Amino acid sequence: MHYHDNVDYPPLLTRPIVFGPLLVGLFAVLWWFDAANSAIGRLVAGIIPAGTTPGMHGLLTALAVTLFAAFNIFVVLRLPLRQQVWLVWGELAAVILLFFYSFDLSFAFIQRKIGFLLTQGLVTTLYISAVSITLATILALLGAIAKLSSNGIAQGIAHFYTSLFRGLPLLMQIYMIYLGLPQLGYVVDAVPTGIAALSLCYGAYMTEIFRAGIESIPKGQWEAARALGLRPTAVMGRIILPQSMRVIIPPTGNQFISMLKDSSLVSVVGVWELMYLARTQGQTEFRHVEMMITASLIYWLLSIVLELIQKRIETHFNKAVTR
Amino acid sequence: MIPAPQISVPTAAGTPAAVEITKLSKWYGALQVLFEVDLHVDKGERLVICGPSGSGKSTLIRTVNALEGFQRGEIRVGGVKLTREPAVVDAVRRRVGMVFQQFNLFPHLTVLENCALPLRLVRKLTAAEARDRAMHYLTKVRIPEQADKFPAQLSGGQQQRVAIARAVAMQPEVMLFDEPTSALDPEMVKEVLDVMVGLAEEGMTMVVVTHEMGFARQVADRVIFMDQGRVVEQAPPEAFFTRPQSDRTRAFLNQVLPH
Ligand SMILES: Nc1ncnc2c1ncn2[C@@H]1O[C@H](COP(=O)(O)OP(=O)(O)O)[C@@H](O)[C@H]1O
Ligand SMILES: [Mg+2]
Repeated sequence: MHYHDNVDYPPLLTRPIVFGPLLVGLFAVLWWFDAANSAIGRLVAGIIPAGTTPGMHGLLTALAVTLFAAFNIFVVLRLPLRQQVWLVWGELAAVILLFFYSFDLSFAFIQRKIGFLLTQGLVTTLYISAVSITLATILALLGAIAKLSSNGIAQGIAHFYTSLFRGLPLLMQIYMIYLGLPQLGYVVDAVPTGIAALSLCYGAYMTEIFRAGIESIPKGQWEAARALGLRPTAVMGRIILPQSMRVIIPPTGNQFISMLKDSSLVSVVGVWELMYLARTQGQTEFRHVEMMITASLIYWLLSIVLELIQKRIETHFNKAVTR
Repeated sequence: MIPAPQISVPTAAGTPAAVEITKLSKWYGALQVLFEVDLHVDKGERLVICGPSGSGKSTLIRTVNALEGFQRGEIRVGGVKLTREPAVVDAVRRRVGMVFQQFNLFPHLTVLENCALPLRLVRKLTAAEARDRAMHYLTKVRIPEQADKFPAQLSGGQQQRVAIARAVAMQPEVMLFDEPTSALDPEMVKEVLDVMVGLAEEGMTMVVVTHEMGFARQVADRVIFMDQGRVVEQAPPEAFFTRPQSDRTRAFLNQVLPH
């Protein structure tokens, strides 16, 4: 919990009422779904004595995995908190990788294609995302300020903007810009289409985040800044926005991560970004799964990078409160 | 083009009053909260405003630097007639400093930055000049050693002293205080009042909304009693406390003065 109490409640997992049913449940699931004949079963196959009947084999496998889980919990609970977090994170990541590995992947194929996937696909994805993130942030700032302004025209535009672009499916926006605008005589290339659609859509979501962030700052801050003679831009830029960042950054980080993956929708208009290449490169040799998993892992790694960046920025804007 | 505001308008008597409020009326929607209030503050004068909660004290002093608008009447600050024009409001806010009940320090800036940033943005000082002047005023309120801390790390009394330093560092002609000690723990009231007494001794023009009657006795030239949006009574502190004229003043004093 965020603010620690000074009571040592026993950890949930050390209470028999919790870990008993949990382990029984795990055992039942493993047994019922016949873990012995799955990838999990193969992992522990070595320690099951040879020559047991299939029924016995199933029971022993479930038992072995359950005991391993219990032992694992037992060990983890004895570590300091940070190590617990990292170990559990690592174990779960290993399980996911194992899951991918179990698909019997052709690593030679991945090796052959990964270069192109990175130099063409990743670079395009990063380019589209980075430009869109920047534009969306600018749009969101303008939108939020317009919504809070006393200018009726600005408010009207901002309200309509958020309503329209939050209301239409992103895919539809991409098609409308790519296929609809040429009807008006403006032909837009695929990449600018993607950037425009992502910026407009995410700018609309983020307008609301920025607005809520600005509104979270108490009136006294505005009054103190004004009483000191600060002009409106200085009040906003030096006093209000820097404080709103604490509220704005976590949901904005969410949006950035979400946008990174939604940039894959741009593949529908033929942009050679990560998702498009993953689909097309796999097709030629019927190696879809290899490419999908590789692309997934790249997306995941990028998200982790964004998470880390978000954490740093959060720490920066929290320093006044925590130091 | 907006015409440049008149920065100084001499009155018939010569130098303009620090603040001149004439027949000021204000409504919040249908609710009238100020009724034709007249108030005259001379340069160098110290005014204490008291009165029951909701009587319009905050509203009155907040109209002076345009934190609140008003519908009827006139306000002049150093001769400048307050309108809603940006250049006029700017000019007035440069002449008026304000200290709030809730301190309103900027939590994301250090104590020093709280004082220096407005100097740079409004007074156009260089970073070094702003720093020096901020330190000078932090020393005056006796917390130079806290300069690099953030407001949240300071006690209420210290925060309010920083807020005073921040406002005074702008070198205003008038200082407004809206119940500066009401949010403080009792043991911190004195350190803030001491700073205010020091300011008064240096000749600062001050309008102080407070219930600290000891402070009023010590430094006020005049005490104003407000009730229900009207100035009911005003007198030098001695006369105000010993010979209050109206029943409402007497009833109020009975409640706030120790027996
Ligand atoms: N923002 C506001 N909207 C509506 N009424 C208000 C507002 N601020 C103050 N008032 C009303 O104006 C009157 C005077 O308030 P105020 O100036 O704060 O009194 P005081 O400072 O003397 O306690 C009160 O009746 C209060 O309820
Ligand atoms: Mg008040």
